[in-house]
Amino acid sequence: MCVSCFTQNFWNLLVLGLADGFLYALIAIGYTLVYGVLQLINFAHSEVFMSGGFAGYFILNAVIGTSSPGGVVSVGLVVLGIAGGAMAGGGVAFLLERVAYRPLRRRHAPRLAFLISAIGASFFLYNMAGKEFGRDAVEIPAPFTSGPVFSVFGAPVTTYYLVIAISAITMLIFLDRVVAGSKLGKGIRAVAQDAETASLMGVNIDRVISQTFVLGGLLGGAAGFLFGLNTGVVYTMGFTPALKAFTAAVLGGIGNIRGAMLGGLLLGVVENFGAGLFGTQWRDVVSFGILVLVLLVRPTGLLGERLGRSA
Amino acid sequence: MTLLRLIDLEVRYGAIRALQDVNVDVSEGEIVALLGANGAGKTTTLRTISGLARPVKGSVQFAGREIHRLPPHEVVGLGIGHAPEGRRIFPQMSVLENLEMGAYRRRGDLHQDTERVYSLFPVLKQRRRQDGGTLSGGEQQMLAIGRALMSAPRLLLLDEPSMGLAPLVVETIFSIISEIRKTGTTILLVEQNAAQALALADRAYVLENGRVVMADKARTLLNNERVRAAYLGEGAA
Repeated sequence: MCVSCFTQNFWNLLVLGLADGFLYALIAIGYTLVYGVLQLINFAHSEVFMSGGFAGYFILNAVIGTSSPGGVVSVGLVVLGIAGGAMAGGGVAFLLERVAYRPLRRRHAPRLAFLISAIGASFFLYNMAGKEFGRDAVEIPAPFTSGPVFSVFGAPVTTYYLVIAISAITMLIFLDRVVAGSKLGKGIRAVAQDAETASLMGVNIDRVISQTFVLGGLLGGAAGFLFGLNTGVVYTMGFTPALKAFTAAVLGGIGNIRGAMLGGLLLGVVENFGAGLFGTQWRDVVSFGILVLVLLVRPTGLLGERLGRSA
Repeated sequence: MTLLRLIDLEVRYGAIRALQDVNVDVSEGEIVALLGANGAGKTTTLRTISGLARPVKGSVQFAGREIHRLPPHEVVGLGIGHAPEGRRIFPQMSVLENLEMGAYRRRGDLHQDTERVYSLFPVLKQRRRQDGGTLSGGEQQMLAIGRALMSAPRLLLLDEPSMGLAPLVVETIFSIISEIRKTGTTILLVEQNAAQALALADRAYVLENGRVVMADKARTLLNNERVRAAYLGEGAA
């Protein structure tokens, strides 16, 4: 343990942690939304994330080529990449629900069947991506030149971190408003609280479930693009971030949307603090250790399982 | 004019026959009661009308149209509001949001409709920002009825509105049900509290083991020996 490494780097670690945390939060929303309406963990969500990374890669490759854009063009390219990633994520999530889950629901299949189907779909998708797009990581052409924009107590905040923070906050607020105020949001919450009664009110449950997958997929796909900007894109890229995001959703209270946001940010910060304190190789040990501890004290997560709760 | 007609209805839950040869007519403007013991098939009848249960035989006709193959979310759009057994309030939505859920398939301004529900149940207006789950049993029942009214139904299905409520609250709710009828809404009422139901209804059907065993004017049934003995708690010789 190196306390001085931690204290000297505190602000750096915090900035890093928040950037990771925003990405976890975006992915975690997808798990928690789907859990809310189906009481099911969509373990193929990692591939929704991955598809967003590849969509961003292909789009920016086609648009940017070898030039190095700047200024307003950069902003447009980031928006384009996010939109492309989100659409790919939403599309894959939509297909997942149709192909891997809906037929099982129709037949009233047991819980375990959904889990197997999810894992199967995940294997299928990432192997197909590996076969079609190659096994090696590729880099998304940079839509902007990242460098320090300002610093917080000596910790540089780069363009990349700002892009993550601004786009994630925008999407999280958007999601929050949709769930709290829109007709779709009310439908999602009603189905989460009491699906049968929701149908008596005129809610088409199948449609709401489908739209819930898409909504989660949009955020997950956008996160895939943002993540890929820094680390590159590869067919296995979804596994670890998605597992962490699932952890974050459980940490915050699965089914609870604000819980997923809080859990994501907290996990990002805690694991970077852990890495600073014990060394990078301890990063995952620390984050999962914290998860176990929190669940021992609060089995329903930090904010509790408030299914279908808007706030 | 007949608004609702159940014809030779048979419903099964697996091997169990929940309803058999059930024939029920409800005319526009009537209050019709379905009476019977636990498990007689009263709730199943309402669930079949709403599309939550599928008949294996027979049909459900509403305003001259066959509706028993429609999913529940379409049935409500035709003008059938259902206040289900156990109230089934959305516990983590506010009273107002619960009411808005009742009008989920409707478009446009709901202000007049919510005001109408508030005038029937003033306590709901006071509690409109409170979560549904924090209401008392009686208030939840009022909310369940109000929510069903928000769909602007021609036919209102009420499943045991008196269940688990204090006698005074039951009085209130039953007097409001007769208020609702005065505005032209037809009502099909399921009750175990036969005395209350027969005092309110125009006609009633008695279900036993999934079959209709009696059907008559409410006043006639009130004086029927068998009904008095079995459902009105009067020991007959």
